[in-house]
Amino acid sequence: MARYSTNEFKAGLKIMIDADPCAIIENEFIKPGKGQAFSRVKIRNLKTGRVIERTFKSGESVDGADVVELDMQYLYSDGQFWHFMVPDTFEQYQADENAVIDSMKWLKDQDICTMTLWNDAPLSITPPNFVELTVTDTDPGLKGDTSGGGGKPATLETGAVVRVPLFVQIGELLKIDTRSGEYVSRAKE
Amino acid sequence: MTEVVWQPSCELEQLQQRAKMLTLIRRFFSERDVLEVETPLLSQATGTEPQLDFFSSEYHRHPESQTLFLQTSPEFAMKRLLAAGSGSIYQICKAFRNGESGRFHNPEFTILEWYRVDFNLQKLMNEVAELLSAVLSISSVKKISYSELFFQKTGLNALEYSPKTYQAYALSQNIPDAVTLCEDNHDLWLDFIFSHKIQATLSENSIYLVYGYPASQASLARINIDNPAIADRFEVFVNGIELANGFFELANATEQASRFEQEINFRRENKRPSVVKDSRFLAALNAGLPDCSGVAIGLDSLLMLLTASSTIDDVIAFPVNRA
Repeated sequence: MARYSTNEFKAGLKIMIDADPCAIIENEFIKPGKGQAFSRVKIRNLKTGRVIERTFKSGESVDGADVVELDMQYLYSDGQFWHFMVPDTFEQYQADENAVIDSMKWLKDQDICTMTLWNDAPLSITPPNFVELTVTDTDPGLKGDTSGGGGKPATLETGAVVRVPLFVQIGELLKIDTRSGEYVSRAKE
Repeated sequence: MTEVVWQPSCELEQLQQRAKMLTLIRRFFSERDVLEVETPLLSQATGTEPQLDFFSSEYHRHPESQTLFLQTSPEFAMKRLLAAGSGSIYQICKAFRNGESGRFHNPEFTILEWYRVDFNLQKLMNEVAELLSAVLSISSVKKISYSELFFQKTGLNALEYSPKTYQAYALSQNIPDAVTLCEDNHDLWLDFIFSHKIQATLSENSIYLVYGYPASQASLARINIDNPAIADRFEVFVNGIELANGFFELANATEQASRFEQEINFRRENKRPSVVKDSRFLAALNAGLPDCSGVAIGLDSLLMLLTASSTIDDVIAFPVNRA
């Protein structure tokens, strides 16, 4: 894998830090008038999601991380692994719980997700920004209340629980924003 | 096809502010009878300072060819004028430092540098404060010694390196990477801690004059006559931004040559581009540099402060990526 010098650092570059793949969020060049120049970087650990800060001497090099992002179709879960497929090649990948921990509640069969791979192994899954999911459980709303004020919790087919307007009934298909985890609207079947 | 960006990165207002600032600076020096001078941007020699990376070019002087360096600062040439009897002088010029690019840096930038004959460091610091107050309309001026400031902000003794206390400080301040990066290099520790933990706290809209840098960071300043642990060097900070660096100028040619020697060795050991000693500058020192103090101010940083800009690209028409 390529090595990167600090003067190639920029947001989005994937590098290895403490044996973990990380993405640079921000890079600041620091130069005391007569002293050593530094690169102060903010990085996200792609395995844990944690954001840390790190300083390098200017001109120092670090290993790049072999990290790629691929669009994949979610197939199914067997309880232990979550299975995905590259639509063009039919190549399949199985992700363990660590990789899907943040996204599993939005995963619906056939949906196209983004998988982040490190050395060809699944690191994390980003669900589509919007998903359409069926309500499997919610309190029956008051008859005639269509105002949408207030709200109530509803359980969706994937197990996710979101806050929905009072008029939403069991069996309805809803559009959800996965980034905020919020109800957007009813979806047309 | 990608669109060609031809427009300046800064607003017209910044260009007007720059012009106004330059007028004010020139008036300031004209009122004080300091002579404006020009010296070459291209020169046969350059500074040896290992932390500065230079640009070089080829001069075709048929049939031969000669390497000329773009100046990292006008210091040597200006000191040759001083040695030739110019009296107090100032210059506003471009300086070039390879590899320096970031929110506060562009590899080509504008320097204001001036030398005052028969000024000691204190007197020059007062004049710097006067000029900055006039440009920035800031009246609060704070003078503090490097070691006092260091102790106030960190509890550490800047003049004496103690691995244990420095490391404990780094761990307690959430900068554990300092331990592996700095190892047992005292100057590196000082640069790391100062730039990460101290500089940003020099805010509150005051002009901070920090003097008495450790002797190991003397650069081209004299060692203090009463305290050999410190150098007669100061820096200026305003709202966390480093603005200026000043010296009571080293005039001893032998000491200057030996400092060059050390830096050239350091460059060799650390595989940095090699340079030669500027023999014309050393000859001028040999002939005799009058007692003087000098300072350089980064005018782009000053303009950033003046216009409350967050990046240097906001105050330069064509930064390097648009040049």
